[in-house]
Amino acid sequence: MTGATTENLAAEHGLSRDEFARACAILGRPPNLVELGVFSAMWSEHCSYKSSKIWLKTLPTTGPHVICGPGENAGVVDIGDGEAVVFKIESHNHPSFIEPYQGAATGVGGILRDVFTMGARPVALLDSLRFGSPDHPKTRHLLSGVVAGIGGYGNCVGVPTVGGECGFDPAYNGNILVNAMCVGLARADHIFYSRASGPGNAVVYVGAKTGRDGIHGATMASAEFGGDAGEKRPTVQVGDPFTEKLLLEACLELMAGEAIVAIQDMGAAGLTSSAVEMAGKGGLGIELDLDRVPAREAGMTAYEIMLSESQERMLLILQPGGEAEARRVFAKWQLDFAVIGRVTDTGRLVLRKDGAIEADIPIAPLVGEAPVYDRPYETRACQPEIDAASLPARPPLDCLSRLLGSADLSSKRWIWEQYDHLVRGNTVKRPGGDAAVIRVSPSGKALALATDCTPRYCRADPRQGGMQAVAESWRNLTAVGAQPLAVTDNLNFGNPERPRIMGELVGAVAGMREACLALDYPVVSGNVSLYNETMGEAILPTPVVGGVGLMADAACAVDLALKRDGDALILIGETKGHLGASIYLREIEAREDGEPPPVDLAAERRNGDFVRGEILAGQVAACHDLSDGGLLVALAEMAMAGMRGARLEPAPEGLPPHAFFFGEDQARYLIETAAPDALLAAAGAAGVPARRIGKVEGAALTLFGRNAISVSALKATNEAWLADYMAQG
Amino acid sequence: MKAAVIVFPGSNRERDLAAALRRATGQEPLFLWHGEAEIPELDLIALPGGFAYGDYLRCGAMAAHSPIMREVRARAAAGVPILGVCNGFQVLTEAGILPGALLPNSSLAFECHDVHLRVENSQTIFTCGYAAGEVIRVPVAHHDGNYTADPEVLDRLEDKGLVAFRYCEESGELSAAANFNGSARSIAGIFNDSRNVLGLMPHPENATDPLLGGTDGRAFFEGLVGALQ
Repeated sequence: MTGATTENLAAEHGLSRDEFARACAILGRPPNLVELGVFSAMWSEHCSYKSSKIWLKTLPTTGPHVICGPGENAGVVDIGDGEAVVFKIESHNHPSFIEPYQGAATGVGGILRDVFTMGARPVALLDSLRFGSPDHPKTRHLLSGVVAGIGGYGNCVGVPTVGGECGFDPAYNGNILVNAMCVGLARADHIFYSRASGPGNAVVYVGAKTGRDGIHGATMASAEFGGDAGEKRPTVQVGDPFTEKLLLEACLELMAGEAIVAIQDMGAAGLTSSAVEMAGKGGLGIELDLDRVPAREAGMTAYEIMLSESQERMLLILQPGGEAEARRVFAKWQLDFAVIGRVTDTGRLVLRKDGAIEADIPIAPLVGEAPVYDRPYETRACQPEIDAASLPARPPLDCLSRLLGSADLSSKRWIWEQYDHLVRGNTVKRPGGDAAVIRVSPSGKALALATDCTPRYCRADPRQGGMQAVAESWRNLTAVGAQPLAVTDNLNFGNPERPRIMGELVGAVAGMREACLALDYPVVSGNVSLYNETMGEAILPTPVVGGVGLMADAACAVDLALKRDGDALILIGETKGHLGASIYLREIEAREDGEPPPVDLAAERRNGDFVRGEILAGQVAACHDLSDGGLLVALAEMAMAGMRGARLEPAPEGLPPHAFFFGEDQARYLIETAAPDALLAAAGAAGVPARRIGKVEGAALTLFGRNAISVSALKATNEAWLADYMAQG
Repeated sequence: MKAAVIVFPGSNRERDLAAALRRATGQEPLFLWHGEAEIPELDLIALPGGFAYGDYLRCGAMAAHSPIMREVRARAAAGVPILGVCNGFQVLTEAGILPGALLPNSSLAFECHDVHLRVENSQTIFTCGYAAGEVIRVPVAHHDGNYTADPEVLDRLEDKGLVAFRYCEESGELSAAANFNGSARSIAGIFNDSRNVLGLMPHPENATDPLLGGTDGRAFFEGLVGALQ
């Protein structure tokens, strides 16, 4: 073995003095360089969740339909008929800032592997993107590269990217967010897990060869950037979607048989984390002969092989006698296949290279004694409420045009038209609505999918913001007619060693917990991305929620497009005109203060259950949830989607027009119906606030018969911003 | 009717194409692996969309040299109907079975959205489900669909009625805006000289189900199957 390492070298690997001492205690000696690499990767924030673990444990993760919650490669939920949906969201924030195309592409590659590792065929991708100010010199380049990277990978593999979101804020100038979600389908009784078993079983490496790319990616993702982010470029991996496609087909072909005991993709921390996690979960040991690892170049050291984050690789543990079948399948798909070791009953990770032992670590303490921190946190002081009456009155349609032409509310068509959202021929509701809907079986069963977060609410009040992200996700699935099933979450925050940031995480998780419990919407998988800071500037707290809902019949799904002149428009939910932390306040009044809208979870549930029931009863022609920009923005989006106008009745007494039109009160929907009387009566009986606010009519939005703006003018404004912005590059 | 869909490593719309064929024929098409050098008697051979070999060289360039392509070339010459959609069209041009080439879109970006197509020649097995001049709406999803060929080749395609579809406005008029990928003379699809081979960039197979936003592609498959039965 190579020589002992020191505390200083450990510090360069991101291990604290205490963590190094703990590693020495576990080994009974100082680790050598390879062992230090293993400890530093396994105990990195990215792999160990050491700052967030005690809070993640508070989230509800079970439910009658949950087959597998957090802790495996992806969450698994029963959708009936022997089928299961398998899904997860993951971030690739740091790599995407350094090298946007490859960073985003490999983010998609990683999340696809997490899903097909479980035995599921990926059927949909979504993204959640945050960029800096449009004025920042890097934003255009980053946006362009990230979108091309996501499309370049997903399009080639042939999984449709059906939905997502994209927002801008100067807080992301030095640290963009690229979160990708993948959804797959599997047989409920044929899910594959990563738990090793059977000492003596072969450990098999399949997929692409190992190179020197991405070494220490997990460690990079666990530290904030200084001014030298560009120097970290060699730690970004390069994606090969063609190999991924072959790996996907080969794995699914082999999984149809009985050869596989356990399988784990090599993601963050590569061979190290996959080998350690598989053995750790099985309470077993693993011995690897690193000379047998397919390598892209000669002369790679044990350290490099163990920490490489080369993409498109998998580790399998095979049944005795399963080797010939596995070899045949991977040869057909022209992928590397190598038996690189055995499962043992020693409980130790033993690595050999060139005949020498390069590492020998007991796995139970490496996994079980990983550091866990209860970091100090501080909670945020309450913000003063915004009194809408104190804001100046402004022409509402002018404000509407400005909002629809703003960066955050502009059409994101420029992005999603670069994604193949139709491949596989099951996309029932395309991008641009509240949720995408994909058909998952010939019977017409469908899934609704959405990603959501409102970071400005989370900044103002992390708990309300966390709650709202969950509630909006639930609402978006409901608005197409789906029953929300479960979520995957991506917690993006700054440096948790700062109490203010830790307070954001603690608050957001507390709010998410409350909402998930109240809405029976458990968290079945997720990812935490911390240290999203550059030069001490943290991002907005951004707990992204990826929601999955179920529909028995895709033909019942509705969208937001207005359909028929004369239909009534019904506003569901209570309108108080809350403008704190609203888009209106930011874009029109240039203010970002105020409390975010309070989330009333009982009202969310009551109103949402009512809306879903009316949709499934065929009473709803179009539906849209009210969120950013409130009522008038929602109505305009419905009008633009259907290229039809609408006429609104007078605003209610007691609210200033800007509060009524642009307030962001939660638990609200706007519905088009041909049977308003029946719907209003049903709402009354269900205790759901509902009122008729106008009707579908003509080709313009008309307010109180006085002011009007043509829908085509609104659409031109809404479509122009992003396309024009990107064309200026 | 016996139809087959060829699967190259990296094909990804083979199931979409098979679903459209199944809907029109009531029968399950065969899937043929690209490595097969011998194939059964067939009434239709379809090359699906995707990224064969990752399209890391020119699109379709590697797949054009797959073992199965020798047989496809021979069948094309013998008059067997061959359909290439998107990446399949690219493979057919790289294999020299259809003239011209597909360059990157003029936007230099992948584009996925519905387009309008004008049916230029309805007197073929592939287009007999439509009327000449009919406008249909189907999706596109490609990065390299900008059709190009020598002026003489383009003239010959037009003179001989070998242009199958052109990108157009909803009204059927040609325009620079409708020709979103920059194709020469707005060409979206072409036939070979004997009109038993069609290559096109748009995806009629993704417009055969009312749930999925359009059925204008149905007449394509129904007409084709009707002509072959």
